[in-house]
Amino acid sequence: MRSVLALILAGGHGKRLGVLTEKIAKPAVPFGGKYRLIDFTLSNCVNSGIYQVGVLTQYRPHLLNNHINIGRPWDLDRKKGGVTILPPYLGGVSGWYKGTANAVYQNIEYIESHNPDFVIILSGDHVYAMDYNDIIDFHISKGADGTIACMEVPIEEASRFGIMVANLEHRIIDFEEKPAKPRSNLASLGIYVFNWKFLKEYLIKDEMDQSSTHDFGHDLIPKMIQDDRQVYAYKFSGYWRDVGTIKSYWESNLELTRPIPPLNLYDRHWRFYTQTEEMPPAYCAPSSKIINSIISEGCEIHGTVENSVIFQGVYIGENTVIRNSVIMTGTCIEKDCLISDTIVAERVVVRERVIIGQGEPAFSRLDKEVYSDHISVIGMYSKIPSDVVIGKNCVIGIGVTERDFESVTLESGDYILHKE
Amino acid sequence: MRVLGLILAGGQSESLGSLVAKRASAALPVFGKYRAIDFTLSNMVNAGIKKVGVLTQYNPRSLMDHLGSGKEWDLDRKNGGLFLLQPYVSQEGYYWYKGTADAIFQNMTLLRRGEEDYVLIGSGDHIYKIDFSRVFEFHFSSGADITLLIKELDETYNLSQYGIVELSGNRIVEIEEKPQKPKTNIGFLGIYFMNKYLLMELLYNYAAKGETDLLNIVISQLDRLKVCGYLFNGYWRNVKKGIAEYFRINMDGLKKDVREELFYRYGKIYTKLKDLPPPKIGGTAFVRNSIVSDGCIVNGSVENSVLFRGVYVKAGAIVENSVVMQDTVIEEGAVVKNAVLDKEVLIRQEARLVGKDSIAVLEKRAVL
Repeated sequence: MRSVLALILAGGHGKRLGVLTEKIAKPAVPFGGKYRLIDFTLSNCVNSGIYQVGVLTQYRPHLLNNHINIGRPWDLDRKKGGVTILPPYLGGVSGWYKGTANAVYQNIEYIESHNPDFVIILSGDHVYAMDYNDIIDFHISKGADGTIACMEVPIEEASRFGIMVANLEHRIIDFEEKPAKPRSNLASLGIYVFNWKFLKEYLIKDEMDQSSTHDFGHDLIPKMIQDDRQVYAYKFSGYWRDVGTIKSYWESNLELTRPIPPLNLYDRHWRFYTQTEEMPPAYCAPSSKIINSIISEGCEIHGTVENSVIFQGVYIGENTVIRNSVIMTGTCIEKDCLISDTIVAERVVVRERVIIGQGEPAFSRLDKEVYSDHISVIGMYSKIPSDVVIGKNCVIGIGVTERDFESVTLESGDYILHKE
Repeated sequence: MRVLGLILAGGQSESLGSLVAKRASAALPVFGKYRAIDFTLSNMVNAGIKKVGVLTQYNPRSLMDHLGSGKEWDLDRKNGGLFLLQPYVSQEGYYWYKGTADAIFQNMTLLRRGEEDYVLIGSGDHIYKIDFSRVFEFHFSSGADITLLIKELDETYNLSQYGIVELSGNRIVEIEEKPQKPKTNIGFLGIYFMNKYLLMELLYNYAAKGETDLLNIVISQLDRLKVCGYLFNGYWRNVKKGIAEYFRINMDGLKKDVREELFYRYGKIYTKLKDLPPPKIGGTAFVRNSIVSDGCIVNGSVENSVLFRGVYVKAGAIVENSVVMQDTVIEEGAVVKNAVLDKEVLIRQEARLVGKDSIAVLEKRAVL
């Protein structure tokens, strides 16, 4: 039996998700009505029969630690193996993780203690369903040192990814991380399989290299290819999303409400597991009208919901309309509101007759790089007083109180942050 | 104070027909994702009880599967936890439980071992939410030897199906089992609280001599012991009392006050997890006044109904005033009204099932 150890990189900040990742790590961002991003990778591991999983954390790990805990929802609470959370620590060659490769380097002792034949390196912030046995089988059949999962992406988006060029045998002959001028449209998915002995050799070499940024995509993989080692590209054709921006996050959520969604959450043979609160099933009141939406446990819907994803324990009051929006856990939206094209984070209270997402689109005055031109975002624990009108592409920060609102209208592109 | 919980879950119930052909009444599905026993078990756990014995006998397979190691109720413990107590064969012979007292008597070991001082005895087929700590307080402040839970039953209960109680102050002076002519409208809810050693004494005295029913033992002690009634005012129903009652209970789940009381007061109701995705309501759907559980896909019309987990209502299908259990599929153009559909039923395209004077019932895996 081949032994495989999975390492999930879950230390990322996810800056481009703005207020959604201000207080939590990107892998802990809620997704799809009841999940968090890391659930998809963890579920793929156990569905693929991999029960030795290390999760490397760094940025704001509390919620993530709490969520993963001893790994019970994923059957990762095991006597042998199971899930181990690997935060940075002090002692010997250690400290903050300098890059993805350095993060793995700092955990060589943990990996050696499992003595795996192969390690599979994964990301904690991608949404996809993948049987890792396929890439491992491919890796073995090629006699490879390393294998990188890849997918064809539109050429205009290629510079967001690690881009590779492969020959007819799928061997990678060129690799460049986020190239300004991409030479192909074959993008790395951030899923790597390595023979452990081979990887260890490169991790140690890279650590000694003063000029390295200690990153898989920037340093390690280009170096392996430069050394003419056997590194192959495994083409994946299924659903895979990096929900790294406000817009892609919003779109990927709403995609789930389509008649035939690209990611099938309802496949009983490939389930996604998560840690959830125990809640009664959703209740749709006589006054409710729901179409094309996902409604989770604990919800009470009295108003109208269209093309939206509603997380657990959300209350939607009478005569309120929710359209093209993502409403996260425990949020309460009172009656007579109109909310469209908006992401409302966890445990927000929206009082009566509030309107969000109306008017002409405008660039964000807070951060043009992060907030796209029409989606408004409401940070967690905020309270929006009654009769407020909020335009498109607005941002309400985390924990904003009713007193933080100076006027009842917020023009498109404007923002309110909580004043201490 | 340490309390041992005992749940009587062995009863057979003919009046529920095919719904209990394959399961004990304590394992009956209610409100979209729960089993009847979840309520009593969660009430006990929420009251801080850490050791619970469940006495099973009639068709326990689905009940055992549901309870498992008790981990959903935090009862997978090194000390205490969940004990499933089945009848067994021993060198002396076969031991079917002949009644409630006999069942507990045969499991005397559980009473003898452990450091509990008190016993709370409930039933696996009751639907209610209670703060048991109030019952404990009442027991001590009233100086009772035995406390029974009682409730004023309104006209929606058939009084001659219940034990009817006569009170003097809060002391119970008479209990009449299923009387033809009930003297009061105060019913006994089948829930007992007493000192563990008193229970052991009573069982050694009476169960050993052939009295098989616990209530009969209590009745015989009304003169000797102080038996008090704790008047419970909340929602309380017994799923075992027939199809109409089972249907009524599920429909009560659509009432705001019932949901608030059962699910949001005095802790949560826990149940076995199924790890299903949240329900998806499609573009052609119409859903009103209904409970929709995880794993459901609704593209048709659903009104005044309870959909359990994984139910699939296809486009153009109509479901009204119905209880639809787990993984049932209702195909295009089918009509289901005033019905209870058991698990994994298939209602084919254009098929019609309409209950007229009584509720129509389809058994598990039926195809229409």
